[in-house]
Amino acid sequence: MAATNPDESKGEGVERRDFLTIATTAFAGVGIAGAAWPFIDQMNPSADVLALSSAEIDISGIPVGQEITATWRGKPIFIRHRTEEEIAKARADDNNPDLIDPETDAARVQRPEWLIVIGICTHLGCIPLRYQGDYGGWFCPCHGSHYDTAARIRKGPAPKNLYLPPYKFLSDTLIKIG
Amino acid sequence: MAFQTNSKIVKWIDRRLPIFSMMHHELYEYQVPKNLNWWYTFGSLAGIILMLQIITGVVLVMHYTPNTELAFDSVEKIMRDVNYGWLMRYMHANGASMFFIAVYIHIFRGLYYGSYKQPRELIWMIGLVILLLMMATAFMGYVLPWGQMSFWGATVITNLFSAFPVIGEALVTWLWGGFTVGNPTLNRFFSLHYLLPFVILGAVVVHLWALHTSGSNNPAGVEIKGKKDWIPFQPYYTAKDMLGFAVFALVFSIFIFYSPDFFGEPDNYIPANPLKTPPHIVPEWYFLPFYAILRAVPDKLGGVLLMFGAILVLFVIPWLDTSKVRSARFRPVYKWWFWVLVFDCLVLGYVGSQPPEGALILIGRLATAYYFLHFLVIMPLVGWFEKPLPVPASIHDAVLADKKAKESADA
Ligand code: HEM
Ligand code: FES
Repeated sequence: MAATNPDESKGEGVERRDFLTIATTAFAGVGIAGAAWPFIDQMNPSADVLALSSAEIDISGIPVGQEITATWRGKPIFIRHRTEEEIAKARADDNNPDLIDPETDAARVQRPEWLIVIGICTHLGCIPLRYQGDYGGWFCPCHGSHYDTAARIRKGPAPKNLYLPPYKFLSDTLIKIG
Repeated sequence: MAFQTNSKIVKWIDRRLPIFSMMHHELYEYQVPKNLNWWYTFGSLAGIILMLQIITGVVLVMHYTPNTELAFDSVEKIMRDVNYGWLMRYMHANGASMFFIAVYIHIFRGLYYGSYKQPRELIWMIGLVILLLMMATAFMGYVLPWGQMSFWGATVITNLFSAFPVIGEALVTWLWGGFTVGNPTLNRFFSLHYLLPFVILGAVVVHLWALHTSGSNNPAGVEIKGKKDWIPFQPYYTAKDMLGFAVFALVFSIFIFYSPDFFGEPDNYIPANPLKTPPHIVPEWYFLPFYAILRAVPDKLGGVLLMFGAILVLFVIPWLDTSKVRSARFRPVYKWWFWVLVFDCLVLGYVGSQPPEGALILIGRLATAYYFLHFLVIMPLVGWFEKPLPVPASIHDAVLADKKAKESADA
């Protein structure tokens, strides 16, 4: 290129121009990324969805050996009033080397008789069926995952135990989830 | 011959916007091999079905309500109350199945005649992009009636993304716009289900642009070399494609009028219940082979990666196929493996439709293994050692040879 700019004849102009090009491109890139963010973030849960984030549930009516399904953030929550055998069975397996996602039963409950888990299969999100499967807990019909009486995954494609929701006992008969 | 007309109006327009010249160029001057067989009509058929889907879809939107409280009932209203609503919906729902049948045949046609090979790699790859877009579109469309299969299909498929390490859970929440599949999910799927067909339309234009640059491949797999090898698209292939369309319309009508729910699932006539999963959930038939691959792997992330890999591997076959000969017609060894692959895909489809129990688990794994071995091992190897049959010198020679063979068979 014929030099028309006196600076360029010294060989400095080229470098300065390179710098300007890179700086401008980088600036525009950051600007575009910043402008894109609202378009991406609008798909995240909106304020009204987030506002429904806690639920209080009365558990006084659930007899031993029974289970109910409550909902929290639209998700099913299994609340099982466990029998002595179910608790014993879960604890007996605490150190079983076959556990896919090893966890003790005690770490999964606040009060041993109340097992409270999110009722969504950790494989691909189906709802497991209670009192079914090879381990006396739950069985997921979609691709065949078996959960035990501590809702730990024992067999099948699910990688994790059923997740625990955040909850606390407000009294002996009332729990707050979320 | 260049475009000619006596009409002053046409001339006036064409000088400012050469649309008539362009149509003339792409239809009358475009050289099409004269030996295309019936397998070659499925491309234009797919294009016609895309138009049908857009027309019936736009009509359905005039009556459909994208809200979890109202969606199911609005579809029932379309079926019972809207004038010809049942026809529009059955055309749309069965049209989706027809679309996949046409496109799958179109793809296997390309595999058999080596249409993915140099210089048509990009035509092939754009076609695969269209396939991916179609899958996304059909998946989101199936969610709209908000029946049990809509809801649980959406749940299982979106949950696939939770398999990705670290970002998985956040990604799924982002897709849902909530903590489960719900109203925000339905709304965004509706928005995208309306948009994507037009993106497909754009991709089809690019597909045809690339096609008209390299020209059509043909059953002989040799390029056009002289005047005797080709005929113009219009009127020859327009007429042939119209006959193909007429036959299609007959088959389509049989489904719409006599067995409109043939491809459907009865469970989708039960309104979505987020607290109860149906005992046996299956995706639409056109996803079954991929579903079988997903379930063949006992590991969640592995299954998801392999499933996406099943399509991604198709993007690189132009470079995996080492054969110098295009058409499987002249490839005595590969030809058989091609049919094994077709059979393998049917087996995968069957396995995907059944609950994963007993021998089916093993069969599913073997069929999955073959699918990948076919492309990654057999394709490069066979091309390497196979001795192809003599390839005809030109398309015209191939046609004459066919004619001779037919005459001696008749005699
Ligand atoms: C690539 C083309 C398309 C494909 C493959 C496709 C596929 C589907 C499928 C599989 C369904 C579910 C049918 C059922 O079981 O009820 C559906 C529903 C629907 N589609 Fe499409 N679609 C396409 C284009 C469009 C377009 C362009 C529109 C709108 C402009 C549209 C609007 C709708 C509506 C409103 C529904 C819900 C009503 C119903 O379920 O019948 N579709 N679509
Ligand atoms: S979703 Fe439960 S096993 Fe797949």
